[in-house]
This record gives sequence, C-alpha cells and structure tokens, in this order.
Amino acid sequence: MDTTDLWTVATIIGMTLVTVLTRSFFFLSSKTWTLPAWAQRGLQYAPVAALAAVIVPEVITTQGHLIGTWQDARLFAAVAGLAWFYWRRGLLGTIIAGMAVYLPLHVGLGW
Amino acid sequence: MKAWLDHQDFRAGVRDIAAVSPGMAAWGVMTGVAMVKSGMSLIEVLLMGIFVFAGSSQLAAIPLISAGAPMWVILATAFCVNLRFMVFSAHLRPYVMHQKRWQRMLSGYFMADLGYVFFVRRFPTPATDPVGIRAQEAYWAGIGAFGWISWVGATLLGIALGNSIPVAWGLGFAGILALLGVTCSMVTARLRVVSVGVAGTAAVAAIALPLKLNIIVAIAAAVAVCLLLEKLQSATLDTQ
Repeated sequence: MDTTDLWTVATIIGMTLVTVLTRSFFFLSSKTWTLPAWAQRGLQYAPVAALAAVIVPEVITTQGHLIGTWQDARLFAAVAGLAWFYWRRGLLGTIIAGMAVYLPLHVGLGW
Repeated sequence: MKAWLDHQDFRAGVRDIAAVSPGMAAWGVMTGVAMVKSGMSLIEVLLMGIFVFAGSSQLAAIPLISAGAPMWVILATAFCVNLRFMVFSAHLRPYVMHQKRWQRMLSGYFMADLGYVFFVRRFPTPATDPVGIRAQEAYWAGIGAFGWISWVGATLLGIALGNSIPVAWGLGFAGILALLGVTCSMVTARLRVVSVGVAGTAAVAAIALPLKLNIIVAIAAAVAVCLLLEKLQSATLDTQ
C-alpha cells in the first residue's frame, strides 16, 4: 500500500472542515435575523426537490448524457422499487425489490 | 446523554434512519471500496472514511486526490458538491439557534440528506417550548448518531473488503433506491409532485454543469416554480 502523504492528510482535514462549514453555514452567525417569509415557505419544497435532483440523473444519465437505450438495469430497478413502494409502502422492500431486478440485469446481462 | 438515549424521539430517529440504512450501507461499502482502489494509504483511507462524512464529496475527491490535483481544487470541489447543505442549513437555522455556536456546528456536521428530510418531515415548524425543543434535539441526535455509525461502519467494511467486491456490480444503486422510497413517502401534496418533476427535469437538463451544480440549480428551480404556483393559486382563490 502507498505511503501516507501529509499533504493528502491535510486535504482530508480540509474536507472535514468543508463538511462542517457548509452544513452549519447559516448556523454560524449569532445575530438575530430571520429569512423572509417567502423564502421560509419556499424551503418546504426543498427536501423533495433535493431528493429528486439527486435521484433522477442517477437513473437516466450516464457520464453526463441522457441514456439512449431502454436496456439499462437502473430503469427496471427503479420501476420495480416504485411498484413495491406503492403496493406495500415499505422502504426496505423498495430497496430489495429494486436490487432483485437490478443485479440480475446488470451483472447477468450487462445492462 | 442517558436522557437522550431514553427519549422516545431519539428512538424514533434511530428507527427512521434504520429503515433506509440497508441502502445507505450499500452506498457506504462502495465508497470504502472506491477509496481503497484509489491508491490512498490505509491511514488516509481511514481518516477520510471516519471523519469526512460526506459520500458525494468523497466520491468526487477520490479521483482528484489520485491524480494529484492541488488542494484548493479538491476543497473547492467538495464545497460545491456540498452546496445543497447550505440551503438546508438556512432552513434549519430557526431550529438550532438556541444552542451555543459549537453545538450548532456539531449539529451541522451530522446533517445528511435523509437526516434533513426526515427531520423537517417530523417537525415542519420549529418548537418554541422546552419540551418540544428537547424532542427535536433528541430526534436529531438519533438520526445523526445512527446515521453516522451505519455510514462509517459500512465504509470501514468496504475498506476491509477492498478488492473482493467488484465496483462493476453497482451495489451503490441500493442507495438511490432508498432515496426513491423516501421521496415517494414525501410526495403527499400536489405542489410536492410539481417540485419533484421540476427538480428532476432541471437536474437532467443542467447535467453538463460541473461539480454537481445541477443539483443546486434544480432545487432553486423547483422552489421558484412552487412559490409561483402557490401565489397563482391564492390569487385565483381571492378572485372567486
């Protein structure tokens, strides 16, 4: 295994600080201020938006491009996960149903 | 600490995160595997796996570190990939301002996507009474503690397994399926459906942006469209 490089260790410490500083960015100032009411209201749509923004590209794009084929294991896995969720409502079942479709198609058929 | 562990909201937080942890754990294992394969030393891999606690910024940083990119490039990348958490911190500010600054920073450290989502789902408005504040803190501690332990545990497992799990299997997709299930459980109102549609479309349309900036663009677009529709809705109600 490669040797430990102080520069890389410093980079990792820096990344930890980035984690803390971005996630507590608006917690840092102790001054009293509140977000304008419209922004506060708008933020209630942020959680689902963030989830969708992470998920959709992971399912229908490859290397920064829309996929051009339906032979992609992720499409079928997502449909299987969705079907399970609306049938039974369990998160664990959603994951298992999706992977049960994903792995054979992806590892077996190379989709 | 003991009082927290016994608090029913702490246990609720643990339960909520436990429901998605198989998916997150698969993601964590694959992050561990990716770190080992990058050629970083064991100490570096362990430090990153234990402390950084940010899956997407770790995955973005790994190729840059192996390529010997300058530190500022790696940190700027990590910063951009984490931008959505700045938005989340604006949302959660009213929930934590009664804490001391170091406690707020610690609260921030434990914020993950799903932790944030579960928290605002359970507590749509900040509590003002001591009992409510205590419940919110206990819940945050539950999702934070269990989320951190399962993520870091899974990453360590991935580091240990190293080369015996082929990355090509794509086990990390289980994490996306977990997020998918959570999204479905949250889409309960019509405007939330709109939010999902707009954000998903915008994230794909803006996919060419570097550093996952498409995510922040998508959140902004979805929030803007939903606010606009809200306004139109109330305007039509007023005229009726």
